[in-house]
Amino acid sequence: MSTLVTRVRQRQIGQLIDAGKRLDGRGLGDYREIKVEQGIIERAEGSARVLLGKTEVLVGTKIETGEPFPDTPNEGVQTVNAELVPLASAAFEPGPPDENSIELARIVDRGIRESKAIDTAKLCIEAGKKVFVVFVDVYVLNHDGNLIDASALAAVAALLNTKMPNYEIKDGEVILKAGYTPLPMKSRPITVTLGKIGDKLIVDPWLEEEQIIDARLSIAINDDGNICAIQKGGSGYFTPKQIVEATKIAREKAVELRKKLEW
Amino acid sequence: MSEKPEKLIDKKGLRLDGRKIDELRPVKIEVGVLSNADGSAYIEHGKNKILAAVFGPREMHPKHLSLPDRMVLRCRYHMAPFSVQERKSPAPSRREVELSKVIREALEPAVFVEYYPRSGIDIFVEVLQADGGTRCASITAAALAIADAGIPMRDLVVACAAGKIDDKVVLDLMDTEDKVGVADVPVAFMPNLNAVTLLQMDGILTPDEFESAVNLAIEGCKKIYALQKEALKTKYMNTKEEVEE
Repeated sequence: MSTLVTRVRQRQIGQLIDAGKRLDGRGLGDYREIKVEQGIIERAEGSARVLLGKTEVLVGTKIETGEPFPDTPNEGVQTVNAELVPLASAAFEPGPPDENSIELARIVDRGIRESKAIDTAKLCIEAGKKVFVVFVDVYVLNHDGNLIDASALAAVAALLNTKMPNYEIKDGEVILKAGYTPLPMKSRPITVTLGKIGDKLIVDPWLEEEQIIDARLSIAINDDGNICAIQKGGSGYFTPKQIVEATKIAREKAVELRKKLEW
Repeated sequence: MSEKPEKLIDKKGLRLDGRKIDELRPVKIEVGVLSNADGSAYIEHGKNKILAAVFGPREMHPKHLSLPDRMVLRCRYHMAPFSVQERKSPAPSRREVELSKVIREALEPAVFVEYYPRSGIDIFVEVLQADGGTRCASITAAALAIADAGIPMRDLVVACAAGKIDDKVVLDLMDTEDKVGVADVPVAFMPNLNAVTLLQMDGILTPDEFESAVNLAIEGCKKIYALQKEALKTKYMNTKEEVEE
């Protein structure tokens, strides 16, 4: 997912961050401008578009019936998939999902799953046989850095916007009825990604910053301010002290981002 | 499927396998176990049985993946179909793709990649039997395989998980604890550089619990690190004996 950034520019970005500043004028702990729109795609059960600066992610949800997993016979199923659509970046190519899109999908999935955001117990139709399956499809439309936070936010916004079909069971068959009810949700997890450059931590790295950070840490925070998922990425490291500092920043930022979501 | 136990810690404070909350499973490590690989290691961590092999530094295939200023690391984490209760399809799952990536990124900070421009190393990890914590044991073994291949490293990388079961933060979750427990925090660590190179988490932890889990995992890493060094020394002592004979 790399984009060319000249050495001069890299040095400039690095030196600015060292001085507590950023190329686009943000502070180290500031997000870019965030816009969340819900209900973009009428055909989808739920949808949302998030603009994080110039990064643009569209998430659509679909609901179908399917079989539960054998170890959770009374619970609905959640599945997250991510597409790095070729029109989003010169660095994206058509083809089966690569490790970047799989990792992105799994980070978004973990944030939702571990915070128990979807009340999966309410998605059971017939224990062990039939449940609702919620498909969350992340569609990256423009890549300008920090796809993780934009995708996670868009996914939760889309889930909050998702309508479940009304149904009744006749002779073991599920028959859909008119009307919808909202998807039962219990939490609004927020994922905050921090980049590490030397001994500095920056929130919401954009595309060019992503090229020079040593490593990133994505932290999902639930409504109670507890940590529900973490993923380190990149080929650098964090000191134990930086990890604690990062969780602190993530908890503060999560409160700010959650305000963008209509409950 | 085994049934879920009610309690993971008994009244005496012992876990299902009789361990204390801050106790590791038995760990056995051997270096230089495969003759064709440039470096290799085998680890038994609890019931986990994992082989790691390194090939290279060698020319990259395909060539266009090589980089002009550094060596490329490739990693494939793979589980044998018979390594788990229900047969796992040998085709790489999404989980394996993700783990291959995070394991590679956990090892990369330790390797002097700039010493070998235009070349690459392949790290192959095969999980022969899984018992919870395979990514950690894989990293511990793979770091040794890289060292065994004679590739210059800044430090060894050693990994261990901590987590929360019932209401306690515990070290080194085994399979059942991982599945039934509250949270799991795998950590990879470079002991001499005090650097965390892999950090993941699932489950729910308060910030304080998370901090103590990370610290506990690092303590576990340090204990395994001693075994890692021992295994590396043993390999070279054996080689020395062979040469002297």
